[in-house]
Amino acid sequence: MAISTTASRATIAAVGGADSFDRRNADWYVDKAVQVLVFVCGISAIIFVLGIFVFVTKEGIGFVFQHLDFKEFFLTPYWFPSDADDPEYGILALMAGTASVTGLAMLVAIPFSLGAAIYIAEFATGKTREALKVLVELLAAIPSVVWGFIGLVIMNPLIIKWFDVPVGLCVLNAGIILGLMAAPIMTSIAEDALKAVPDRYREAAEAMGATRWQVTYKVVLPAAKNGLLGGVLLGVGRGFGETMAVLMATGHAVNIPDSIFDSVRALTATIAAELGETVVGGEHYQVLFTIGILLFLVTFIVNLSADLIVRGIRKG
Amino acid sequence: MTVAQAAALLQPAPDYAIDTKKLNLWYGTFQALYDVDLRIRQGMITSMIGPSGCGKSTYLRSVNRINERLGYVRIEGRIDVMGQNIYDPGVELIQVRKQVGMVFQRPNPLPISIRDNILFSHRLHAKGGGDVHPGTPDEIVEESLRTVLLWDKVKDRLKRKATELSLEEQQKLCIARLLPVKPKVLLMDEPCSALDPKGTEAVEELLWELRGQYTILIVTHNMAQARRASEECVFMLMGKVVEHALTAEMFVTPIHRETADYIEGRYG
Ligand SMILES: Nc1ncnc2c1ncn2[C@@H]1O[C@H](COP(=O)(O)OP(=O)(O)OP(=O)(O)O)[C@@H](O)[C@H]1O
Ligand SMILES: [Mg+2]
Repeated sequence: MAISTTASRATIAAVGGADSFDRRNADWYVDKAVQVLVFVCGISAIIFVLGIFVFVTKEGIGFVFQHLDFKEFFLTPYWFPSDADDPEYGILALMAGTASVTGLAMLVAIPFSLGAAIYIAEFATGKTREALKVLVELLAAIPSVVWGFIGLVIMNPLIIKWFDVPVGLCVLNAGIILGLMAAPIMTSIAEDALKAVPDRYREAAEAMGATRWQVTYKVVLPAAKNGLLGGVLLGVGRGFGETMAVLMATGHAVNIPDSIFDSVRALTATIAAELGETVVGGEHYQVLFTIGILLFLVTFIVNLSADLIVRGIRKG
Repeated sequence: MTVAQAAALLQPAPDYAIDTKKLNLWYGTFQALYDVDLRIRQGMITSMIGPSGCGKSTYLRSVNRINERLGYVRIEGRIDVMGQNIYDPGVELIQVRKQVGMVFQRPNPLPISIRDNILFSHRLHAKGGGDVHPGTPDEIVEESLRTVLLWDKVKDRLKRKATELSLEEQQKLCIARLLPVKPKVLLMDEPCSALDPKGTEAVEELLWELRGQYTILIVTHNMAQARRASEECVFMLMGKVVEHALTAEMFVTPIHRETADYIEGRYG
């Protein structure tokens, strides 16, 4: 009995073996095909980024080598690109515009997003928490032209009325709008950073008698500080690269601001507004692409360091 | 001072550090503890044994009221710690947690320096003017670490992160950081289960050192440990206390069938 069972099992194994060999073969091809497909999709992101970078560089690099006077470009505020006789390409005022708006935006966004993230991650429970998370995601999905519209139609008259200034399209307006735009994504990232702090730290501190708030600021915030910093940097990157809303809310005037009520112009908005009027391949066209290279590099560096910090490669 | 507090002062120091009366506990709709009556003697080491899921951790966590952070826990009955009902509405949670220190199964030092870990709870409670170690921070750190036999090993790296220590050292640190606020009761939930035999032995030795000064209630799955490291033993089953006796007696002549079965390894 025992022998015959073994024998019949052996036969089945032999037959089944041949059968499953074929099937494995088919699976193997599918598997390979999927692998190749996924690989192509995966590296396509890299290819696109590189492609864009090469394109932008190609269009802008001519100016860098032929006409660029570094001192004039970075250190003078005179931006008269369409002057027929003597065009001037100084981006100092544009950089000041971008920097002032982004800086103010961070002043608005950091307390907002940090507070929201702390509330969502550490204090809210159950339905409130879920509802808030959905709301934050909704806010993050509002198109930037809508924010620009709010700046133009709502903030502008309010600023004129409250502060008694002639124009409400200014650093303050754009800073607030940009801050509100950057806050949701910063909130999400900060919340992730807080949630990544293991619960046993909270439990340990609470078991020793710490209140929720003490747990938050003595234990959770220090433990999450890398992630929080990364979130702020991503917010900076967002503010830096944002175009539409700042185009609409800054007033778009080339100007080094003295106060938050001055109109300014951002680097991104300049490209958006002027590129359509330029002669392809002309000097003005090239200079706009040079600004593009600059934006690309800065955003790349900011995002990369944000990423490194979030991963905790850099400690301290 | 409330009447209850005055009464507590007049009474002689209770023999029992923890006096539990008809404690019932629910997680949502699931009842985890049934009518637990349990009196833990002061200054002794009491071990708590029982199969997985019988409610040992649940009981321990309700003596520190840390269960409440879950939000869906409901409790009936009372637990008197040093003569005062910790579930009395007038009682301050912070004070309960100062009196009753807790050591968890997985060592959980905070991700800050060794020194700051020791001073963490002291800093929380010193402001309240309660009875805490009166020394300077340096003295407190040294004394606490000496008590848990860790001082010589870590005295040169007090500024290093506590999470870099070995598990055994982390667990000792977790015990040490409770001491500066002079707790009366130390609850330990399987404090050795993440440690190797050598670490286990070291922590057990430490428990014997602390005996007398502190009332220690320790949960363990290790019969040998319960037997050698405790004076009294509690056996729990399905959310109820089945037997509570001197350890020496329980392991030789258990009264209940279930206790005997469990001790001899027939279930759990
Ligand atoms: N947070 C919780 N939410 C819901 N039910 C819980 C929770 N914690 C424990 N329980 C349940 O309560 C019962 C007792 O759990 P408890 O953790 O106290 O057991 P235990 O005796 O400590 O077990 P172990 O030896 O495995 O640690 C178990 O049935 C468990 O499933
Ligand atoms: Mg347990």
